[in-house]
Amino acid sequence: MHETLSQIPWALVLILLPLVTGMLAFLWPRLAIPLGLMTAAMQILAVIGLGWQIHSTNDAAYHHAVGGWGAPLGIVLYADGLSLLMLTVTALVGLGVSIYSVEYFQREQALRFWPIWLFLLAALNALFLTADIFNLYVTLELLGLAAVTLTALAGSKAALDGAMRYLLATLLGSLCYLLGVALLYHSYGTVDISTLAERVEATPAVWAALGLMGAGLILKTALFPLHFWLPPAHASAPAPVSAILSALVIKAAFYILLRLWLTIFSPLNESAATLLGLLGGAAVLWGSLQALRQTRLKLLIAYSTVAQIGYLFLAFPLAAAAALSTWNAVAYLALSHALAKAALFLAAGNLLCFGGHDRIADFDRVVRRLPITAAALALAGVSIIGLPPSGGFIGKWLLLETALGQGRWDLVIVMLLGGLLAAAYVFKVLGHSFTEADVMHEAGAVPKIMEWSALLLAIAAVVLGFLAVPVLDWFGLGEVVGIRAVSS
Amino acid sequence: MNWDKWIPLMVVASSLLPGLIIFTLAEKRGRLRTTLNLLGAVVKLGLVGLMVWGVYNEHHYETRLALLPNLELVLRAGPLSLLFVTLSTALWFVTTVYAIGYLEGSAHRNRFFGFFSLCVTATVGVALSGNLITFLLFYELLTLSTYPLLVHRGTEAARRAGQTYLIYTLFGGALLLLGTVWLYSLTGTLEFTPRGFISGLGPEHNSALIMIFILLIAGLGVKAALFPLHGWLPKAMVAPAPVSALLHAVAVVKAGAFGIVRVVYDVFGVETAALLGVTMPLAWLAAFTIIYGSVRALYQDDLKRRLAFSTISQVSYIILGVAIAGPIATIGGVVHLVHQGLMKITLFFCAGNLAETLEIHKVSEMNGVGRRMPWTMAAFTIGAFGMIGAPPIAGFISKWYLGLGALDAGQDWVILVLIGSSLLNAMYFLPILHRAWFREPPKQWPADHQFGDKETAWALLLPPVVTAAFALGIGLLASLPFTPLDWAKLIATREFYQQ
Repeated sequence: MHETLSQIPWALVLILLPLVTGMLAFLWPRLAIPLGLMTAAMQILAVIGLGWQIHSTNDAAYHHAVGGWGAPLGIVLYADGLSLLMLTVTALVGLGVSIYSVEYFQREQALRFWPIWLFLLAALNALFLTADIFNLYVTLELLGLAAVTLTALAGSKAALDGAMRYLLATLLGSLCYLLGVALLYHSYGTVDISTLAERVEATPAVWAALGLMGAGLILKTALFPLHFWLPPAHASAPAPVSAILSALVIKAAFYILLRLWLTIFSPLNESAATLLGLLGGAAVLWGSLQALRQTRLKLLIAYSTVAQIGYLFLAFPLAAAAALSTWNAVAYLALSHALAKAALFLAAGNLLCFGGHDRIADFDRVVRRLPITAAALALAGVSIIGLPPSGGFIGKWLLLETALGQGRWDLVIVMLLGGLLAAAYVFKVLGHSFTEADVMHEAGAVPKIMEWSALLLAIAAVVLGFLAVPVLDWFGLGEVVGIRAVSS
Repeated sequence: MNWDKWIPLMVVASSLLPGLIIFTLAEKRGRLRTTLNLLGAVVKLGLVGLMVWGVYNEHHYETRLALLPNLELVLRAGPLSLLFVTLSTALWFVTTVYAIGYLEGSAHRNRFFGFFSLCVTATVGVALSGNLITFLLFYELLTLSTYPLLVHRGTEAARRAGQTYLIYTLFGGALLLLGTVWLYSLTGTLEFTPRGFISGLGPEHNSALIMIFILLIAGLGVKAALFPLHGWLPKAMVAPAPVSALLHAVAVVKAGAFGIVRVVYDVFGVETAALLGVTMPLAWLAAFTIIYGSVRALYQDDLKRRLAFSTISQVSYIILGVAIAGPIATIGGVVHLVHQGLMKITLFFCAGNLAETLEIHKVSEMNGVGRRMPWTMAAFTIGAFGMIGAPPIAGFISKWYLGLGALDAGQDWVILVLIGSSLLNAMYFLPILHRAWFREPPKQWPADHQFGDKETAWALLLPPVVTAAFALGIGLLASLPFTPLDWAKLIATREFYQQ
């Protein structure tokens, strides 16, 4: 049993399974829900299997040449701690969102949702398992198109408007990225990341490539000031789609940026790190302030994403001196943000379903009438603020510790202010959910499954606060950033 | 298997688990809820009693769990921890009984008792924390779990009070976090150690250390209601009476004061702190808060607000005792942690009884209330005299040791503060007592809920009578073993004289 399990090429399963079930769901819509749930559950198993394979080979990265053809001609699947982390996030959030969607989407919408969602999963998993910059482009484009389609799913004017903006932004981002890839391929004749990392030098072409790829990815990650497309798209999409977009899709663009940074670009450039840190800081403050100003819950959560993405970028200027602890912090922040943000969006979906609106001031005794959803909001909020005990706290602590160790008081202050502002917007929502609203309205029924899937994701974000040591060990990011993890 | 390792964790879990289970219960399962609550409280009391006996005989109880690379979640039972744990566990038990009576028939009791248990879990965690990050964790958990209790009534006023509370406490939490991380980046450890763990740092770090001290004290001072960070406490009066009792006597305010004790003794160490020159300003600030709170209390007609300002004043006794930085003053400060808790919880229970039974909320409505509710007012009288510092009630013992300690440390001015505060306390408590006992009652009370031939419900009457009796008892019998005073002496001995 043990033998066969470790023989299965889990990386391939991760890509092919959602792809095949997506097609089947398209052909036999009646099977869509069981197929979707089965895929979501299998993903968890596959990620564990892949992690096991990486660990049993003494923490070396995982390589799989598809069809026996290696680089530079064939496609190589590659997985290390960072990939594993992102795949885990995808599997966990994917399972929560899938369970939620069973009840959320009715008839027509369900027909369209399941196949595209499964394709999106396939694109995400493929993206995290890719070892060359061209395949990254292909998966990124697939991901973007699937995400735009899901955004437009609601069919309302606002949704189409948001989706259109999103489409333009994502296409522009991919185009910039592709230009960069072309420049690098022209200069060095390869798209394989590890080969590029060895060959790359500080020439004008490389600089241009760096600029183009960076700008494209930043646009897709919605880093301030290129975040303009995010709030309308994330706020107008159906709740599970918002969760997918905020928790997973923008993380994919961030993943590519980080991957390229760690391998190709960081040896070249320090001032880019300063710039990224600066933009990250601005994103934290601006996003949080905007979130605080919103009167609608989904927009508030969307702006909160803008702010939380900023934290990930604060790490860049710190990484040069303390790579391991910085990237550990980023890993933790990304992981807990994904879980907490998905929970928030799903909870917001419940509230929409319940009251027919998401005006914060008009929430009517939510705490009493939807206690499970209120608990999900609160617990996810705790992690977003970065209060202990939660995954968000661990990430923030690690980042603060690194920043203080390097005397970066500017970053420290930004982080603390960001936390306080986050507290302000989270508790603005929670405060109103205790009180009665002026306008009474008919309450819609919210299926228990939708309430619980939001709560479980939120609980996962909180429980993460107690699992720092095993989780960081499991991802073993030290290898990725070129440091052997010191066993404690 | 060595159970000693797990007892501190079990003490924390003994209120956490009932709390979590209560959240999932149906609203009408009142009996099961009460059983769970009381069962948790009894188990916790038993475990704490076991640890008190063990620590007295130099046993070690310590739970360690990995939290972060190189940092652990540490729960450890030392003498100081146990003083606070015992206080909050015992008062939790009493307050639970009181809350069951107080909330009889009202809605959302599951939510209330669930968060009530979480609140005590956090307090006990604060008390047992063996390092600063564990402390921080439970300290923030305390903020979070008290918020729903504060806004429990769901009115606009409650929401506002909750908002104020959060603005103060979360800001304080951020300062505490900053101080903690900074300290960690300097020392590489956060483990509470007798006489502090920073003395190894060279003098070039002094200015950083002073800043850290200010950050930590400011972060903790918010909950301890140290001037000028006290603004949230009087506003929090909109909460139900058991919650006020919890805020003032068992959990929140105490957690802040306890944290300051920890920072001065086990992070910086009294001697190092005195060398840094940070204890004197803290003593001055505490002294000012004592007088300020008392003066403000004079002008409050709302009974609960008057008591709230009184708390602001009284909690600073603890801080003053610690900041004087001598062994005898330490005894006075630390023992006041318990004494103030017992006396103040009595007063708040009584205020709650007046409000629940006769709908009396203001001092000016209290004429002759002693005849209608003699037991309640008797308990109130004991609490009030204790606050003034009249012998033989517990408050006198605290003041006696504070005064002696100040003289011993050469800080004669403290005596003036103590006398001034006692006078002011007399000025705002004695008129209440005079009204209650010697004025004619009005023809009609604002409302009169009858409870048969009793003055009020049993569950409301017993708790204040019991706590008042304790406040009197531990004052009278202060020199017996295992009284708070005896235990405070043990703490001071271990802090100052033992290696």
